[in-house]
Amino acid sequence: MLINEFLLLGAVLFCIGVYGVIARKNAVMVLMSIELILNSVNINLLAFSQLHHNLDGNVFALYIIAVAAAEVGVGLAMVLLIYRNRKSISLDELSEMKG
Amino acid sequence: MLSAEAAGWFLEHAWLIPLIPGVAFAVIILFGHYEVNGKRVLPWSGAEVGIASMTAALVLAVGTTYQWIHHVRGVAEAEPVTKSWTWWQSGGLRFGLGEHIDGLAVMLLLLVTFISTLVQIYSLEYVRGDRRYTHFFASLTLFSAGMLTMVLAENMVQLILGWEIMGLCSFLLIGHWWEEEANSRAALKAFLTVRVGDVGLMVGTAIMFGASGTFTISGLQAWANNPSTGHTVLLWAAIALFVGAIGKSGQFPLHTWLPDAMAGPTPVSSLLHSSTMVVAGVFLVARLYPVFHAGLLINVAGQHFNLIAVIGGITVLIAAGLAFVQNDIKKVLAYSTVSQLGYMMMGLGVGAWVPAVFHIFTHAFFKCCLFLCAGSVAHTGSHHSFDMKKDMGGLAKKMPVTFITWILASAALCGVPLFSGFFSKDEIIDSAGHLHYPVFMIVGLIGAFMTTAYMTRATYLTFFGEPRGAAAHFVHGDHAHDDQHADAHDTHDAHAVEPVHGRPLGFAKTDSAALLTVPLLILGFLAVVAGYINAAPFKIHLFESWIHSSIGVDIPEGPTFEWVKALPSIALVVAGFLVSLALCKQVFGTAASRLKGLTQRNPVLGAGHRFLVNKYYLDDLYEKVIVHGIAHPIAAAAYWTNQHVLDGIVNAVGIGGRKTSNWIYKNVDQRLVDGAVNGSGSVARGTGHALQPVQSGKVSLYGALLFASAAVGALVLVLVNS
Repeated sequence: MLINEFLLLGAVLFCIGVYGVIARKNAVMVLMSIELILNSVNINLLAFSQLHHNLDGNVFALYIIAVAAAEVGVGLAMVLLIYRNRKSISLDELSEMKG
Repeated sequence: MLSAEAAGWFLEHAWLIPLIPGVAFAVIILFGHYEVNGKRVLPWSGAEVGIASMTAALVLAVGTTYQWIHHVRGVAEAEPVTKSWTWWQSGGLRFGLGEHIDGLAVMLLLLVTFISTLVQIYSLEYVRGDRRYTHFFASLTLFSAGMLTMVLAENMVQLILGWEIMGLCSFLLIGHWWEEEANSRAALKAFLTVRVGDVGLMVGTAIMFGASGTFTISGLQAWANNPSTGHTVLLWAAIALFVGAIGKSGQFPLHTWLPDAMAGPTPVSSLLHSSTMVVAGVFLVARLYPVFHAGLLINVAGQHFNLIAVIGGITVLIAAGLAFVQNDIKKVLAYSTVSQLGYMMMGLGVGAWVPAVFHIFTHAFFKCCLFLCAGSVAHTGSHHSFDMKKDMGGLAKKMPVTFITWILASAALCGVPLFSGFFSKDEIIDSAGHLHYPVFMIVGLIGAFMTTAYMTRATYLTFFGEPRGAAAHFVHGDHAHDDQHADAHDTHDAHAVEPVHGRPLGFAKTDSAALLTVPLLILGFLAVVAGYINAAPFKIHLFESWIHSSIGVDIPEGPTFEWVKALPSIALVVAGFLVSLALCKQVFGTAASRLKGLTQRNPVLGAGHRFLVNKYYLDDLYEKVIVHGIAHPIAAAAYWTNQHVLDGIVNAVGIGGRKTSNWIYKNVDQRLVDGAVNGSGSVARGTGHALQPVQSGKVSLYGALLFASAAVGALVLVLVNS
């Protein structure tokens, strides 16, 4: 089995995700980018799981999907609250944590 | 282990007995106040679930008892019926839940389910209208589940589980009326004092597990019986476990929580703090008897003594002495419970396993009965007051059922021949003498004398003489619940929102409601007859044959019964009764009595009589001789020591300490420590300033930094590994 294609796909997805997280202003888009990153990791896990004929990777991938769902739930709730308070979800305007 | 066919269905399924009240607890707490369309799902707010579950458990326990008796018939050493499921597993450690059914477990299963059922029925009337009615029944049911779990525990972990559930329920129920600070303090005191002992239980279990590698009861018994097991490890395990038993069973010196625990409602005192929960410590010793038997045998001056017997003996006397000076009827009974638990411990200590365990059995009936009587008196006769001197007296005629059951149970407690207490307590005393513990035989005899004396005093104060306080209103037909009197009395049991009284029995119209008196009658009857399943004077040894196989270690044969040997204790019981009665009549009774005429006619008898019974002489003795003669000098000496010696030491230490600290402050603190602190502070400030621009508050910048550092980390990883 050729694993290169899977790893390449994972790497590309990861890079797109990182670009999205850094460059996007819209909080929802950032959350979506984070999903991309997580799923690129999933692809890697599944690829290696297939390669080694070992179920551990599958289990991890399922785990990550579950955790990601919860994480997105919390993230969207935060975005909603931010929107309610400022009528905007642009991350540029959020700099209360400036030291 | 026996197959299901040989052991019988009830023995195989005894684990259902704790499960039923456990489920019932959940049902009560979840659905007790649940309403559908404005109607309660449970019309009695959960009480019916509790009583039904206890009844079901009682039926199963009766079946188990029947099959166990069948099981041991004709077998010299009956094997316990054990079952185990994996509760949880961690690495190689497996913690099981299961059952270990033998004579001891069967006896307590029957006892706990029976008494719980009666007490719950009693509580229906007693706490009627209480603001936490549902929670009361939920806690009672959970307690039963916990106790039953502990009783049939297959291993130490399960035993501790049940043990802790009981501790929790004890806390909840003592503090049932937590709005009063005294009650919540008592609950805390009980919980924390027992907790001190519980640490010992944990440590002991850990020691035994470390040494033997097993948690199971049968495994531990075999381990303790194994001659290759070292005495030192047994000694430490036994000491640690015994600390747990001391805490739970109110033995000296951790007995102080039990009398305070009387702050709880009376059914609670009767169920938890007299008949069932407090015997858990005794049960623990009986359960792991091989460990204690070998472990705590200490050798003093060529004589073998078992530490358990020493603690038990001390407890018997100390608690019985304290019972004399209590005015609260429940406190008298509480100290009496402590004293009787001391008897049980003493019995186990001297090697009289069967009489000690039999005393658990008989004691549960008569002590539970006495507490319920006290509750009945308070509920009906004395307007929720438990003060014998202030609010009781002369209640015998008005409350015949309560009075008669009280007398029967007291007779059993005192060990009057042919009542149940006689067959168990006298056997303990007799065994102590037979097994070469003459000191403890004498302790037991003195204890029996004192028991009779204080019970006579309590009986006299409650049921005879002139009615006082609230009891006077009750006896003379005034309405006992007049509002104008309500403030005058001790109101620590008066928490019913509005007292609603049920219907009394037909033949005792002025007594408490039938829901109170019927359990009293059942328990009073058992207080008389329960002893006849192991009545040595009549060569009945049924109980011994049922339970003998639970001991787990070879112990010497008990004595054979002879009436001659029982004579001293009978004589002391009679003496205790007469002396106490005479004292009571003079001290608490009215002046005119037949005795007075007799003593006036006979000057010699009169002088002796006056000397013996006149309360002023006794008061003089207490006040002038003991208090002034002994306590005051001691107090004065203690004060002088405090002022001069201790204060001097304290002052010297204080001045020295101040000088030393001054020096330390100047040299160490100011120069060394402050220098270091200031230095690290300025370094941190500098770093902070340097890093400030990074904290931009921009999420995307944080993200970029995160990924950059992750990339650097990954690069380092690759370089290092390649």
